[in-house]
Amino acid sequence: MLEIKNLHARTLDIEILRGINLQVAAGEVHAIMGPNGSGKSTLAHVIAGRDDYEVTQGEILYCGQDLLGMEIETRAAEGIFLAYQYPVEIPGVSNKEFLRIAMNSIRKHHGQPSIKRTEFVSLLKENLSRLGMDKSMMDRSVNEGFSGGEKKRNEILQMAMLQPKLAVLDETDSGLDIDALKIVADGVNALRSPERATIVVTHYQRLLDYIVPDKVHVLAGGKIVRSGDKSLALELEDKGYGFLQELALS
Amino acid sequence: MIATENETYQEQHATFQLQFSPAWLVELRQRGFDAFTRLGIPTKTLEDWRFTNIAPLVRRPYALASLAHSDDETTNDEIKALVQQATLDEEFHRLVFINGRYSDEWSLMHDLSVGVVIDNLGNAICDHPSDVQTLLASDHKLDDSTFAALNTAFINDGAFIDIPDGVVLDRPVHLVFLSIGSNHTVSHPRNLIRVGKHSKAHVIESYLGHGDAYFTNAITQVTLEESAELDHHKLQHEQVGALHIALTGVDQRTSSRFRSHYFSFGASLARNELNCVLDGEQIETTLNGLYMPKGDQLMDCRTRIDHAKPHCKSYELYKGILDDRAKGVFNGKIFVHQDAQKTDAKQSNQALLLSDDAVVNTKPQLEIYADDVRCTHGATIGALDEDALYYLRSRGVPAELARKILIFAFANDVVQGVELPAVRRHLESVLLSGHELSEDILSRRT
Ligand SMILES: Nc1ncnc2c1ncn2[C@@H]1O[C@H](COP(=O)(O)OP(=O)(O)OP(=O)(O)O)[C@@H](O)[C@H]1O
Ligand SMILES: [Mg+2]
Repeated sequence: MLEIKNLHARTLDIEILRGINLQVAAGEVHAIMGPNGSGKSTLAHVIAGRDDYEVTQGEILYCGQDLLGMEIETRAAEGIFLAYQYPVEIPGVSNKEFLRIAMNSIRKHHGQPSIKRTEFVSLLKENLSRLGMDKSMMDRSVNEGFSGGEKKRNEILQMAMLQPKLAVLDETDSGLDIDALKIVADGVNALRSPERATIVVTHYQRLLDYIVPDKVHVLAGGKIVRSGDKSLALELEDKGYGFLQELALS
Repeated sequence: MIATENETYQEQHATFQLQFSPAWLVELRQRGFDAFTRLGIPTKTLEDWRFTNIAPLVRRPYALASLAHSDDETTNDEIKALVQQATLDEEFHRLVFINGRYSDEWSLMHDLSVGVVIDNLGNAICDHPSDVQTLLASDHKLDDSTFAALNTAFINDGAFIDIPDGVVLDRPVHLVFLSIGSNHTVSHPRNLIRVGKHSKAHVIESYLGHGDAYFTNAITQVTLEESAELDHHKLQHEQVGALHIALTGVDQRTSSRFRSHYFSFGASLARNELNCVLDGEQIETTLNGLYMPKGDQLMDCRTRIDHAKPHCKSYELYKGILDDRAKGVFNGKIFVHQDAQKTDAKQSNQALLLSDDAVVNTKPQLEIYADDVRCTHGATIGALDEDALYYLRSRGVPAELARKILIFAFANDVVQGVELPAVRRHLESVLLSGHELSEDILSRRT
């Protein structure tokens, strides 16, 4: 589903990604771990299309198509979803209208009619109760004044409503209490299917107890320095990243 | 002042004064014209006109529409289209003025309760001369304004709304001012509104046009008696190319409530002055405004609130959204006079710049002569939030729509201040410019 080949990306000042290679097949869950500042979020944003980063080398294929040539909104409409490490506040736009606009934009892209109001309301209700979110949050501005954990749940709500093909969760577990962690994991697992894939960026092995990954990668210094199965996460928890950083420099 | 435009106006005035009118009116107009001659066209050297270069537009040779022969080729279909465009709700009383003159044909009056007068000024001058004189004479700081003087020099028509004590007007009154025709026409509508004790009304003024480089120079004088309430809306949709100058003066007595909703979209140069005198206690005044110049438009919004007596509240929120090479000016004066203890005055103005070439000049001006008051003001200028734009797009929303949504969100609190659903819907559709996804945004209140 996703093929990243020798990806280099930079901001004006610094090169952040220095040759990433990654393949994620449909039906798989991959975890990406790695020290602070190693480029995990940058990778996630390059996949989503943020134009703060310039891709200087390499390519990304998504379902066989050249992803880097697509507009941000086209990527989303084609099924890519990024759950932000730092969700953005949008004063003056209610959560509910945000969701409806997003859903209808995507439907429009696929030549489908707008979602019926009743259908939207019942879908929203169902997902809210599954995520343990209060309905009153839907009338509030997007993420405005939300607690850290509420913002993260809100990301998962959006994911549940939009049903992406490829979800990238950037530290969705940070800032969540234990109960919320399980709820979020349930949300991700509910989307698990042979047609979908998920990349979870996390610092903690704990999340991976709930969302069991097919592969674990370690990103350090802008490269994937180690890949393995879920036992790699346990090893990292045990030893820390120290020994890996040397690998990155070599 | 340059001779030519003075001569044009002079000639027009002389001809105009030949029409049959009561002596007091002829005299009032003459005083207006004398003041106009004395004050002259303002130049940028005057503090109040520093950012607004009016001279080139005022100097165009305008024809006084009320003098022009009716050889105008504007068809009924064109007028009909404009009236339809302006119409907010067929249930509203509607007074239509074409080039400054009342048009019975296009107006629509429903039944009125006893004592309520909603008429055109031309009629009212004959039918209620003493009321007209009283309202014209109320002090709205017109004396030192060139354009107010010019309006007075040409008083002829406009709306006359007189609501007796104890009446809640069941329908809003919609005043529609159309400028049409191929001449450079000028019109000087003069509107008089009085709301009696414990009475309540909603008035909407719409300005639009369909002609060459025309000039609207309007004055609205409002008097609110004790405990009266008025929501005054102004929808400025003049055609680009037009010059729009307007002054609204409001006189408020004890416990009255005035709410102004000003929305400015059109004209090449629009300058709106709103002056409120809070001459009583327990008065509430709310001034909300939204101005959205683009292209080469210039919009100059000026407000003045005079807190003359104790225990009054004023809230002011003005927002500007400026695109392309547009210019905006906001000048908000608040005077708290010595007697006005316990005044509570809040002012906020915010501007959103959508382009690097757009400019806004804002000047809050608080002068406080009482010691026990609460006055605050704040001003912000910013651009569209790039992170929010990216967030919306990364959820599938096309860039253009994402921008509109953020602009709408910025303007929203001013729009939501409007009580009348028909006016709100109109504004929402203007803001979203008929985007088909607008129903997602508008769904919340249906
Ligand atoms: N827009 C930007 N401008 C400048 N520097 C940036 C930008 N984005 C990322 N960086 C830098 O690139 C490096 C990688 O950042 P990134 O956010 O991808 O790290 P991360 O692996 O997600 O870290 P964390 O675990 O702390 O979330 C950091 O040093 C960061 O400061
Ligand atoms: Mg990160």
